[in-house]
Order: sequence, then C-alpha cells, then structure tokens
Amino acid sequence: MEIKEKESVVVRFSGDSGDGMQLAGNIFSTVSATVGNSISTFPDYPADIRAPQGSLTGVSGFQVHIGAEQVYTPGDLCDVLVAMNAAALKTQYRYAKPDAAIIIDTDSFGPKDLEKAQFKTEDYLGEMGIDPDRVIACPLTTMVKDCLKDSGMDAKSVSKCRNMFALGLVCWLFDRDLSVAFNFLREKFAKKPEVAEANIKVIQAGYDYGHNTHSSVANVYRIETKHKVPGRYMDITGNKATAYGFIAAAEKAGLKLYLGSYPITPATDVLHELSKHKSLGVITVQCEDEIAGCASAVGASFAGALAVTSTSGPGICLKSEAMNLAVIMELPLVVLDVQRGGPATGLPTKSEQTDLLQALFGRNGESPMPVVAAASPTDCFEMAFAASKMALEHMTPVILMTDAFVANGSGAFKLPNLADYPAINPPYVPEELRGSWTPYMRNEEGVRYWAVPGREGFEHILGGLEKDDKTGAISTNPENHDLMTRKRKAKIDAIPVPDLEVLGDKDDAELLIVGFGGTYGHLHAAMDELRAQGKKVALAHFRYINPLPKNTAEVLMKYPKVVVAEQNMGQLAAWLRMKVDGFVPMQFNQVKGQPFNTSELVTSFLNLVKS
Amino acid sequence: MYSAQDYKKGQPRWCPGCGDHFFLANLHKAMAEIGVAPSDTAVISGIGCSSRLPHYMATYGMNTIHGRAAAIATGCKVANPDLTVWQVSGDGDGLAIGGNHFIHANRRNINLNMILLNNRIYGLTKGQYSPTSPRGFVSKSSPYGTVEDPFRPAELCFGARGHFFARAVATDAPGTIEVLKAAYNHKGTSVCEILQNCVIFNNGTHDAVYSKEGRAKNAIYLRHGEKMLFGENNEYGIVQDGFSIKPVKLGEEGYTEADVLVHDAHCEDNTLQLKLAEMEWPIALGVIRDVEAPTYDDCVWSQIEEIKGKKKYHNFAELLETNDIWEVQ
Repeated sequence: MEIKEKESVVVRFSGDSGDGMQLAGNIFSTVSATVGNSISTFPDYPADIRAPQGSLTGVSGFQVHIGAEQVYTPGDLCDVLVAMNAAALKTQYRYAKPDAAIIIDTDSFGPKDLEKAQFKTEDYLGEMGIDPDRVIACPLTTMVKDCLKDSGMDAKSVSKCRNMFALGLVCWLFDRDLSVAFNFLREKFAKKPEVAEANIKVIQAGYDYGHNTHSSVANVYRIETKHKVPGRYMDITGNKATAYGFIAAAEKAGLKLYLGSYPITPATDVLHELSKHKSLGVITVQCEDEIAGCASAVGASFAGALAVTSTSGPGICLKSEAMNLAVIMELPLVVLDVQRGGPATGLPTKSEQTDLLQALFGRNGESPMPVVAAASPTDCFEMAFAASKMALEHMTPVILMTDAFVANGSGAFKLPNLADYPAINPPYVPEELRGSWTPYMRNEEGVRYWAVPGREGFEHILGGLEKDDKTGAISTNPENHDLMTRKRKAKIDAIPVPDLEVLGDKDDAELLIVGFGGTYGHLHAAMDELRAQGKKVALAHFRYINPLPKNTAEVLMKYPKVVVAEQNMGQLAAWLRMKVDGFVPMQFNQVKGQPFNTSELVTSFLNLVKS
Repeated sequence: MYSAQDYKKGQPRWCPGCGDHFFLANLHKAMAEIGVAPSDTAVISGIGCSSRLPHYMATYGMNTIHGRAAAIATGCKVANPDLTVWQVSGDGDGLAIGGNHFIHANRRNINLNMILLNNRIYGLTKGQYSPTSPRGFVSKSSPYGTVEDPFRPAELCFGARGHFFARAVATDAPGTIEVLKAAYNHKGTSVCEILQNCVIFNNGTHDAVYSKEGRAKNAIYLRHGEKMLFGENNEYGIVQDGFSIKPVKLGEEGYTEADVLVHDAHCEDNTLQLKLAEMEWPIALGVIRDVEAPTYDDCVWSQIEEIKGKKKYHNFAELLETNDIWEVQ
C-alpha cells in the first residue's frame, strides 16, 4: 500500500437521486473538516424529482473538495469517483481525472442496468476506456445485505444503507477517523437509534473491506492540514447561510423577520430553513404566487418588520412591480435572487449569473436599487446581513444575488459572534418632529424617516403614485417628479460600500481578472495557478455592484490588461463600461449552467497574458 | 372615543355623485363607532377610482399597485396583528388582476376587513367592462357587448371557503355602517360587497336598490335569527322551494309567515347563504354569512408561541449551537 501525500483531493459521489449521495458527501466533508482540512462541496442534481431508477437522467452527484490549504472551489475533476450504478459511471466518468480511483457497485452493473445506462456490451469498463486497475469493484449491495442480515430490517431499508458502505470505503481511502462519522449519524438519527447503528455497522464494513482486500491496488491519500484558523466551525450551504444572515440581521436590528415566498428552485431551501425557526419568532408565509411573496413582504415592511422575499430569476420577473412599489414608497425590503439558468424556465437546477442586468434595470421608470452579490456559500451570511442592514438603514429594497452554485454548495463556516457585527439603526422618525413631520422628510443622508403603524401622531399614507416632496400628497407636478427622481437616485448613490479589494499581484499585475458573485472561488483558484506559473496576475471581485465601490475606476484602469469573467454574455462588463469612462475590458463568458472550470480559465487567461 | 372627523383627511377628488363619496363618509362613521385608534388602523388599497380612498383617511395606509392590495394587507396583518387592517379594492382591482389574492386571502382566513366597491366598470381607465359586468354589456372595450359571464363575488368568496360575506349599498348609511361593524367584529377575512354607482361610465347599474324607495321594493335586509321578510309592508318572504329558495307574497298560494325561513348567517354550510347572495329579486343586503373559524394570523402567532416553548434555542447564538460543530485548535 502506498500512502500519497496530497495538497488537495476531490471526491465525487454519484448514484441514483435516491441513493443518498448527498448524505455520504456531507458526512465525508464533515469528517474531513474536523481534522482541519479546508472543504468546499457542490451537489449536481437533475431537475426531475425521481427519474426512473438506473436511468441516465436520474443520476445525481455530490462533489467534495478537501485541501491542506484553503480550497476555493469544489474542484474541476475528481480524484475518486464513486459510481453506485452503471448510469452513474456512464454520466459521471467525464468528471474524473485520468488517474482517478473509481469505486463501483458491481451488483448494479447487471444486464438490465447496463441496458438502462445505454452500454452496448458487458465490458463497460472497456467501452469507457477505463483501466481496470484503477477500479475498486465490489459487490456492494450483496455485502450490505450480508452485513445487515440479522438486523431485522426490510429490504428497502437495507438498500438505503448502500451509501454508507461507499462512505466507509472512501474514509478508508483517506485514512479518516470513523468516530466523527459515527457521532454524526447518532445525532442525525437520534430518534431512530436502530437506523443509526445499522448505518454505522455498514460504514465500518466498507472501511474494513477496503483495508482487507484492496490494500494492494489502491493508494491511501493523506491530506495534512497546513494552516489552521482556530475556532469553532460548521458546514453550511449558501442557502442556509443566507437564512442565517437574515436571522442575525433581524436580531441585531431588534425587528421581527418576515419572509414572503413561493417555492422555486434553487431558492426554496431558504424558505425551508427559515420556516424551521419559529422559536426565534421568524414569520414565513408561503404565498399563492411570486407576486404575493413580494407584495406581502412590502406589507410586512410597512408594518415594521425586516421583510424579505426569496426567489430565482423567473420570480424576479413577477416581483418587479412590487419591488418598484418599495422603491417609490422607500420602504426596506431584501429581495433574494438565487440565480439559475434562463431564460424562462431555462435550467432550473443549474447555475448562471444571467440576472445581473435584470436586477439593475428590470423595472419600469427610474428605479435605482442597490445590488449586492455573495461570493461563496459562507459569504452568503455576510451579504445577507449586509443587504438587510443596507435596506433598513437606507429605506430601500436591496437585491441580494446568489446562484445555484453557491446556494447549494457548502463550506466550513466559522461560527460568527453577533457582537462583532455592526449595529443596525433604521431611521425612525425622531420624536422632536412630531407635529411637523411629513412622510417624505429625509435625514442628512437623504433617507426618508420610518414611521411604523401603531405610533400615535405619525399616521400617514404611502403609495405607488408620485408624492410631493414637502407634503407627501399625490403630485403630478413636473418639477416635483424630477426632484423626487433625483432624490431617490442620490439616496442609493450615497450608500457607503467597502472598497474593491485587489488580490494577488496588486502592484504589478499584467492581467487583472474581474468577476462578481459566485465565481470568486474559481477565479481565485485560476489566479493562484497562473501565479504559480510565474505570471503576474491580480483579481478584483465585486460583491457590491450598485452602488459600485468608490475605487472601482481606479482599480479597473490601473492594469495593462483586464478580463471580466462571468457566467453570462457580458453583463458585468456592460455595467462597468457604463459606469467607468474609457474602460474597455476583454471578456470571458460562459453560459453552460455549470460552475467555471479552473483549468479552462487558466488556459484562456494564459492566452490573454501572452497576446 | 372618536368621531368620524378623527378618521377624515383631505378633499376627495372623485366625480360629483360618485358612490365612493357616500361609502367614504359611511366608513368614517363606522370607524368612529368601532373606536379603534387611527394610529392602530391601516387602510390598504390597490389601484382604481375607489383605491384612492386611503388618501382621505387620517389613519395609516397605502394606496399600492393594481390588484395587490390583499397580498400587501396580508403581510401587514401577519407581521403586526395588533393593527386593524382594512383592504379596499374595486371590482377590477379585487376580482380581475387581484383575483388570485382575493381567493387566497379568503381561503387562509386572514383577519382583514375586505371592502369590494362594485360598480361593474373600470372607471379610472375610462369605461371598460369589468369582471362583474353582465354578459352582453356594452362598453368602450366591448362595443358589441361582452361575450363572457361575470363573477358573482359571493360565489367566489364561498368557493374560496370564505367565512364572511356581507352586502350594502353605498348610499345606504345605516346598512353600510351595520355591515362594516359586523366585518370588523368578525375574526377572519370579511368581504363586504358595496354596490356603488359610477355616474360617468355605468350610471344606474344598481338603480333597483340605490334609493331608499328602491330598496324598500327590491331589497331584503338580512339579519341573523330573524325571519326573511321584505317589501314596503313586509308583505313578502323567503321560503324554501324544494332544494332552493324563492320569494313569495304572503297570503298567496297558501304561504303564511310561518313558512318564511329564518336567516342563519352562522350556519357552517353555505348552501342557502349562497342562494340568498345570488337572488336577483329581492337583492340580499346585510350580513349573509358570518361563521367563526381559526384565523391565519392568530395561528401563525400561536404556533410561534408553541414552538418557542418546545425548542431550546431562542436567539441566533443558540441557533448556531444546534448544528454539528467541530473545533479547530
């Protein structure tokens, strides 16, 4: 047996949608994170709920990247591929490195399985051009049945434990301490201890199987943690982190949290998460449609709550009128757009950045609205908090953009301490304005004061019609409309946002990479790779898009070559060209519904540096 | 104690003679009798002539966007159940563009007082047929008559499992005030259909009941527990007719007062209430249905209280601790 020291390793678990690949992947990432490895995960699941068993369209994958140093992405190609059936091997092998170890359940490669997976012969490895020496082929289903034959469990429950055998094998391959996995399962199945123990027994069997039979053919990998940041951590997906950010902001502001929402992939997990936390007083209303999700949030905001509506691109189309109502009434609202592939229904489970211009401009009239974007699963927490603070303190709807990739992906989240976060102070009408206050009076930052219903003496009517700056009454006066339009714009332009940070060779880069939102990890990894090859490269990644950071022009105009890389046809590039005079970047655009591929980025950027 | 004046603001800009003027005055009076402080009252409308109403209220309020008043009022009430929320829409706002929100508010039974000002026309856009205009109605957008059937608001409310439906004529002050007070007292979505005339684009649409004399001849005032008698001298009554009901003249065809049905607004089964609401003569006014049921907003908040008692985490820091946590030294 050879022990390979590796900087980082990518494992991809794949099988039928019902095979529990996500759970196996989650436990593996937790086990790895516990020893201090850096982790990044990404599920890749089909749009169908349960496609026919064993079919090519029913395969779902869960990729885990673990590293000795910080890992920024779930990785391009995997070092270990777990394929629970023939269809999984067929569809997922293209995500494996040429020398990857492949674990298969030979019991799921019978004639029928091969036919469903559209293999032509029984020599499936030959058909795929896979070297059998790289394959850990085990009759996994048989062994799980054997292992649990005395458990008294029915066949279906036994078959549900197959994922744990695969996990056991992977844990052996990476020399992992199983006790963490055992604890995880005992907690997860606290109410069904017999299920926990059955799963534990199967993991151990998988581990022992690897140890006893394959020690001669496979490598055992060791990933030592290099730079530990001490602290307490949890694994968190982007959607869960977003929900936590809203909860944290509401608590910091001393307000009720209200979510109006309608189920839509890939945003629904935010609704699921928030609806669990009634003990924190969180109100979630699953509305009759996207419109009501946003409209009811506007109503809740008027009533004095931190109001949020969550959706994906198609939902933004439907919410845009109610978002505009919040613009003209100058009420706080956070609109979460978990972007997916478009247009129309598009690619519901896949990731894109194609809603940026919609977020910036997709409403009637002059409708300025702050737009911010989260860079990673854990950054969703920071940006949800920041978006809420911005909305509440500047009395405006704010669009928070994430995407399917960061929403479903996960990373190690260092538990935040709310005391370290800034206070949130909404501009409530000061008591001394009693008697002289009118609804559109503004503070020194140009922000309209907030008078929450229930407060005697501040009764007022807001609405979607233009209002007089002074009296707050309906006004069609041309001068007043021009004035109000400018005031609404000036209010947004004046919102302070952090400066744009430049990473890498900030003084002497030949190439500046520019991106926004969920591509941060891939762009960072590409920059690291280019610098490792001796190139002078820097990265400027936008999280604040409207208003742009003050130093935007300075950064963008400083470097000889700039490439804006985004998962759309050039929307950020267009926005930056509009806002920065004379800025003419190169572009890297890809709209495949899949995360960027770091090596493709590196190849492409190398060409730019050379040319 | 409040007076109607305490709820009144500004100078309404509806056309002279518009039914909205009458309704507004009645609403001010009803609110004064109900006695909820203006600061604890929110009046939320959509878009249309009648949706201008919040601008003439000295309460909190919003004149929002077309069709969304019920959804916005829902968020407002659920987030702050201490507010008394009145939602005001016209027939286009409430039943056409806002139809989805109308039925779902009724289904959820949110504690809203929902006013539907029905003049069977789009007034603000200057005279198109609405979802309550009768088949064949000639308007600017139907010069040869409409080829579609109208909604009957009560039917829609009942179909959505609504628990309160009442009807009044805008010009009838006592009738309107009675209905508005009943709507306030009912916990849950209270739909009040207000028959209201548009003097410009649909003049006379409710002529049969618009005047006091008309109502005496053509309307029946329903009151829970009272016999359903009507006519200038109570000479008519509502009796059972097989599986249906019908108006009869007492003393004719052998009908006597003993045959007249007693109105039961509290009856869970809405079959007869629907029959009453759909009568074309006489037109039923007053509280047609008023059945108690759990309200959405109460249930949301009692569930929160219940779960607070059951779960061990009550703030963000405690929430974090519910996760699988590992420590890196």
